Amino acid sequence: MRRLAVLPALLLPSLGLADERVPAGAASCLGCHGGGSTGFPSLDGLTAERIADAMAAFREGHRAGSVMNRIARGFSQEESRVIAEDLAARGSAR
Amino acid sequence: MSPPATRRRVLSGLTAALAAPALAGAPARIVVIGAGFGGIAAARALHAGGCDVTLVEPAERYVACPSSNAVVAGLRDMAGQVFGYEGVARAGIRIVRQRAARVEADARRVRLAEGTPLAYDRLILSPGVGLRFDAIPGYDEAAAERMPHAWKAGPQTERLARQLAALDDGGLVVMSVPDSPYRCPPGPYERASLIAHFLKTRKPRSKLIVLDAKDAFSKQPLFRAAWSTLYPDHLEWVPRSGGGRVHGVDAAGGEVRAEAGRLRAAVACIIPPQRAPEIAALSGLTDAGGWCPVDPVTFESRLMPHVHIIGDACAAGAMPKSAFSANAQAQVCAQGLLDRLAGRTPGSPKLINACYSLIAPGSGISIAGVFEVRDGALASIPAASGISPLEAGPELRAQEAAYGEAWYRGITAQTFG
Repeated sequence: MRRLAVLPALLLPSLGLADERVPAGAASCLGCHGGGSTGFPSLDGLTAERIADAMAAFREGHRAGSVMNRIARGFSQEESRVIAEDLAARGSAR
Repeated sequence: MSPPATRRRVLSGLTAALAAPALAGAPARIVVIGAGFGGIAAARALHAGGCDVTLVEPAERYVACPSSNAVVAGLRDMAGQVFGYEGVARAGIRIVRQRAARVEADARRVRLAEGTPLAYDRLILSPGVGLRFDAIPGYDEAAAERMPHAWKAGPQTERLARQLAALDDGGLVVMSVPDSPYRCPPGPYERASLIAHFLKTRKPRSKLIVLDAKDAFSKQPLFRAAWSTLYPDHLEWVPRSGGGRVHGVDAAGGEVRAEAGRLRAAVACIIPPQRAPEIAALSGLTDAGGWCPVDPVTFESRLMPHVHIIGDACAAGAMPKSAFSANAQAQVCAQGLLDRLAGRTPGSPKLINACYSLIAPGSGISIAGVFEVRDGALASIPAASGISPLEAGPELRAQEAAYGEAWYRGITAQTFG
């Protein structure tokens, strides 16, 4: 059977609401935060709340970082929350 | 690892969406042309989504462009740029080791170089760039043997590295940079930085002159600040307004002709103008500018239905042509296709690009952006785009160099691993 790990929307068609879907493109997060010892801050084991808080800190300029202080401003608080929940679910599934 | 979905669930989504009756009960046949960062990411995502994926790629190995400027400057081994496709095959993706000659969009099939047709329901083209050997008088493929572009990684990269290593101290190095758009906007300037570092440390009486067809470029304030601090005697940048546009070369004589004058180069790296590769033009997928216009949500061609173009070859609005962009576009294209196959309307995407460049070994800078659909094209979200702080200290520069290396390790592991 094929893996559907990257397609939660396909697994959960009942999710339905378009604005609840992870924006297509957010999978890019995993290019750097895909787990393992990549050299980037790991998201493994972080709760959705912690990830969303970090995004908010970057977005609002309370955290310097490298590229995240810019990327975070491209996503609303609501989008960040949906992405954080998705990333946290993947992290805890590993 | 998430639990596997049943085939029935996947197929019910697919068959509900695809009107073609011939497909009833069968997964959608996806052909992907080009096994680079974009093509492999798309193939993996669609394979994971239950599609029947065939990846067409004649090369036995991939040679990655990101990080290859460090190979040019003798800072990195070529072996670290080369990746096999065993991991892709292990993931269950079928690879056809042939060159795709042409897309026959009316018949929905790809004609392989040996003549075999390959039928598809959807085609994804991720062929990279074609170098224009008709753009600079005197600069054809034969001239590129003497004056390497090194803009497609491989033997060209090693050739330029060898020429620099063999340079007599005091010899002039010339680089030429094309007008936009081209693959990897900051790449020429990272290369200039690392060549200047090489000259400063190994050939201190030599100098690099960069002839540019533009007046402005990616990460410009950061590069210019680094150059004036680190390489004041070893790097001179000539913008278009200063006569930097190259209008001819004499490869045998080592001469580069720019509007500002003629230069006799001991080593010349000519990065020619670019366009989508030949297969895109032959198949009627390119516009007057030579690139492939696409829908920004699904990356479906504006010119041919059922054909999607991702990566360097597509005209993706404000998105730069980079491996990071190609990977992001692959994810969005695959998600949009799977949504359509499942009868859903694809949501409006947001695409990220992030890119690190070296200004010297162990010292990096970055640019990042988030792109959304505005007026039918991918536009940059102003608040989310920008470069590293100009006044950053050595700690951030060192961290960004390390992040650049980490990104490369991560993206190549995800793509080829």
